Amino acid sequence: MRYHTPQTFEDAARIAAGAAGVTRFLAGGTDVLVQMRSGLVLPDDMIDLKHIPGVRDIARTADGGWRIGVAVSGAELGEHAALKADWPGVVEAMELIGSTQVQGRATLTGNLCNGSPAADSVPGLVAAGAMVTVTGPSGSRDVAVETIPAGPGKTALAPGELISAITLPPRGAHGGDAYLRFIPRTEMDIAVVGCAVNLVLDGDQIASARVALGAVAPTVILVPEAAAAITGTALDAAALEALAGAASAAARPISDKRGTADFRTEVAGVLARRVAEIAYARAKGHAK
Amino acid sequence: MSKIHVTTTVNGDPVEFLADPRETLLDALRDRLGLTGSKEGCGTGDCGACSVLLDGRLVSSCLVLGVEAEGKRVDTIEGLAEADGTLHPLQRKFLEHAALQCGFCTPGILVASKALLAKNPDPTEEEVRYWLAGNLCRCTGYDKIVRAVIDAAAEMRGAA
Ligand SMILES: Cc1cc2nc3c(=O)[nH]c(=O)nc-3n(C[C@H](O)[C@H](O)[C@H](O)COP(=O)(O)OP(=O)(O)OC[C@H]3O[C@@H](n4cnc5c(N)ncnc54)[C@H](O)[C@@H]3O)c2cc1C
Ligand code: FES
Ligand code: FES
Repeated sequence: MRYHTPQTFEDAARIAAGAAGVTRFLAGGTDVLVQMRSGLVLPDDMIDLKHIPGVRDIARTADGGWRIGVAVSGAELGEHAALKADWPGVVEAMELIGSTQVQGRATLTGNLCNGSPAADSVPGLVAAGAMVTVTGPSGSRDVAVETIPAGPGKTALAPGELISAITLPPRGAHGGDAYLRFIPRTEMDIAVVGCAVNLVLDGDQIASARVALGAVAPTVILVPEAAAAITGTALDAAALEALAGAASAAARPISDKRGTADFRTEVAGVLARRVAEIAYARAKGHAK
Repeated sequence: MSKIHVTTTVNGDPVEFLADPRETLLDALRDRLGLTGSKEGCGTGDCGACSVLLDGRLVSSCLVLGVEAEGKRVDTIEGLAEADGTLHPLQRKFLEHAALQCGFCTPGILVASKALLAKNPDPTEEEVRYWLAGNLCRCTGYDKIVRAVIDAAAEMRGAA
């Protein structure tokens, strides 16, 4: 295996584009090293992104959003009070990943690019309307985060392309987001279902919302029908009922050892209600 | 496969080793540097027996490549006691509370606990349990471990 430590994303893209065999980018390594250990993935070229200047930075963008470097760990994200105040749902989702030791290394970008349908941080990013910067040999472009996952273990990135930053939009006034997952234990497990809700209020009414589900389809999915069910309401009982129905209707899960398709479909609705209530309370300034 | 020359700092001492690029930091510590205190319980990030600090951050050394240690600071269980052999308060309290049986998990739990107390000198029982959720112990049932950590924290606060 050749171990590369490029100093720029353009160089990283060029190395990847020129590599003939199995290539992996190395962020926190908490997926890559496990896959190497099991023999599932034996890279010929390993491109460590952590030597590129700025990859550990969390910075305010000019419009009041946030730019998160591709090597920022879950622990670093959780320690950033201002980011957490703006996007508590995005941060709480990342903080659910693994143990303290895993948090010391795991990144949002790695979680996204590993392509797991159950990736905990991805629904929160999708609900937040995050953008990612994709850098390839011929330049960079910004795309919506939900365009990246393409199926279990797959992304829409072309060979030689990589993500060079994640950008969260400005939080703005009267907004809130939240993420919950269902797992049989209290920590250290993989989501049976995950759900994130992000909403903005106008008085008591929901002016706009985004709802995303994890682990109920081949990729994390954005569910516009679920958002429509609560938009224009004050999240009353009827709206919550409609939200749960829309979330369950959008779920297309498989049955596996973690849960049956029927169970996942039901839990998608239950979680959507609970998460929407937390996001609503946060938008009202009532809860942390 | 050609080896890579790595220069790093382990427990304050500058060290060098030649690493196969696919080799983990855990293997480098154990097989190249003879520091066998860090254990391999799983090799997949699940058990915490290989816990070390990398630039002050708690990580599983089985999920770090040896070559990633270049230019970094690594702290292992071997650096916990003082050079003259005086045990760290955590080590003493683990003995007093009989917080170990086979001892395989103990180095990782001590390193993880040290990292916890550096961040939070007065953790609640719940905080200790969550922090150590990635450190598995097949023997003790955890109770004595948690008590030893809380007791060591109290002593260290008093001493400060
Ligand atoms: C014990 C344990 C528990 C875990 N628990 C959870 C959990 O609860 N929930 C969960 O969702 N996950 C969990 N994981 C999986 C893993 O920790 C996460 O997916 C993590 O976020 C991956 O990030 P990383 O930086 O370590 O990725 P890496 O392993 O470095 O990379 C992962 C993949 O992304 C690619 N990649 C990395 N950076 C880029 C980039 N900039 N551009 C393009 N591709 C890139 C790599 O090529 C690789 O294919 C767990 C893992 C372990 C070992
Ligand atoms: S050996 Fe590293 S976590 Fe188990
Ligand atoms: S004492 Fe045996 S594994 Fe913990």
